[in-house]
Amino acid sequence: MELMWGTERALSAYDIQAALAGRDDAGRTLAATTVLTVLSRLETKGFVLRERSTRPHHYRAAGSREDHMAELMHEVLGEATDRTAVLERFVGQVSPEEAAMLRRMLDGR
Amino acid sequence: MTAPLALAILALALAWPVPIVLARATWTARSPAAALVLWQAIAIAGGLAMIGALLTFGLVPFGDDLVSSGVGFIGWTVGTASLRPVELWNALALGGALLLTVHLLLNLLLTVVRAERQRRRHEQLLLLLSAPIPAGGGARLLDSPAPVAYCLPGALSSVTVVSAGLIALLDEPGMRAVIEHEKAHVRERHDIVLVLFRAWHTSLPWFPIAYRAQREVGLLIELLADDRARRHVDDAVLARAIAEVGAGRAESRDTTQWRDAASIDTVSIRIARLDPAVMPLPRALEGAIVAAAVGLVAVPTLLLLLPAVLSALA
Repeated sequence: MELMWGTERALSAYDIQAALAGRDDAGRTLAATTVLTVLSRLETKGFVLRERSTRPHHYRAAGSREDHMAELMHEVLGEATDRTAVLERFVGQVSPEEAAMLRRMLDGR
Repeated sequence: MTAPLALAILALALAWPVPIVLARATWTARSPAAALVLWQAIAIAGGLAMIGALLTFGLVPFGDDLVSSGVGFIGWTVGTASLRPVELWNALALGGALLLTVHLLLNLLLTVVRAERQRRRHEQLLLLLSAPIPAGGGARLLDSPAPVAYCLPGALSSVTVVSAGLIALLDEPGMRAVIEHEKAHVRERHDIVLVLFRAWHTSLPWFPIAYRAQREVGLLIELLADDRARRHVDDAVLARAIAEVGAGRAESRDTTQWRDAASIDTVSIRIARLDPAVMPLPRALEGAIVAAAVGLVAVPTLLLLLPAVLSALA
């Protein structure tokens, strides 16, 4: 996924396989079928788009890393109140008054 | 005729004055575990009393107790016997009992399914965007400057997440306090309690008590997790970690977005109770509260079933 976030271009499964081959410490190469399986899973989850006009099919990232990070943090920070219900946060919402109180308390020590 | 009336009175008491009193009580911060048990008892007993009152009232024409009238009702529907004239009110009450039961169960199902779908989406994003912490006991690191820590509870596996901003903000003992707090949520399955109260709230959105209960329960599980963290770190360390994360949180966010005026000042309550002067409730009192909770569930159960048991014995 990092690889696809790093490029504008759509990549084929073989491009990805070749690029990943150099990264593994043990020097192993992933099978092309493994790469294709991972890609199709990412596609069903909506993280990559498949271009069917070319042969072999080319894939590109559906959104940038920053887009996904923004969506995740939106939930984590509790700004999407209807969707944060599943998280148990160490500290949830903090009101401005409460934040000011905390500041004073920490500075006082 | 006494059982439906008694159940109705109980349902009303548990729907209005009792939760208000409990939500205002201050002892709950000193014994969150007992308070949590009591909230659950109120929800269960309240639902049981409400449905039970409607059901027993609706079944009055068919027999003297729940079992015999249930049998009578089935006999009546298959057309063998009509025992007493069925009034409109009885029919309405029966329909109400049925609708309420179905409504509550469907909403519970819907809330669980929705939460699971959100959880899975969040988990997928998280796995792509975070990296496992070496020797972090399965915790993951999120590369974000905002100081956040949370756990994503799941049926099979739960993930604890901390951000780079949090690691920069807290020292070693502070981090330990955060991790122990989150581990307590995961270990004690606080998500199940939360989902039940959220389902109760979505079932009855016009009912202010359900919202109140959900908020109170949300606070209580935080206090409970704090108590678990206190077994591993100093109270002062935990208080400082809460204050630092709270203050950091407010800075990382545009405060003009603050809208939830009804929210309770969770952070102040959590810090205030870590003061050495605040003692937990005595063991005996805690025991009494739990016993009262059990009694609360037993009352509507007995009101529903006891007449049938007595007539069977006689």
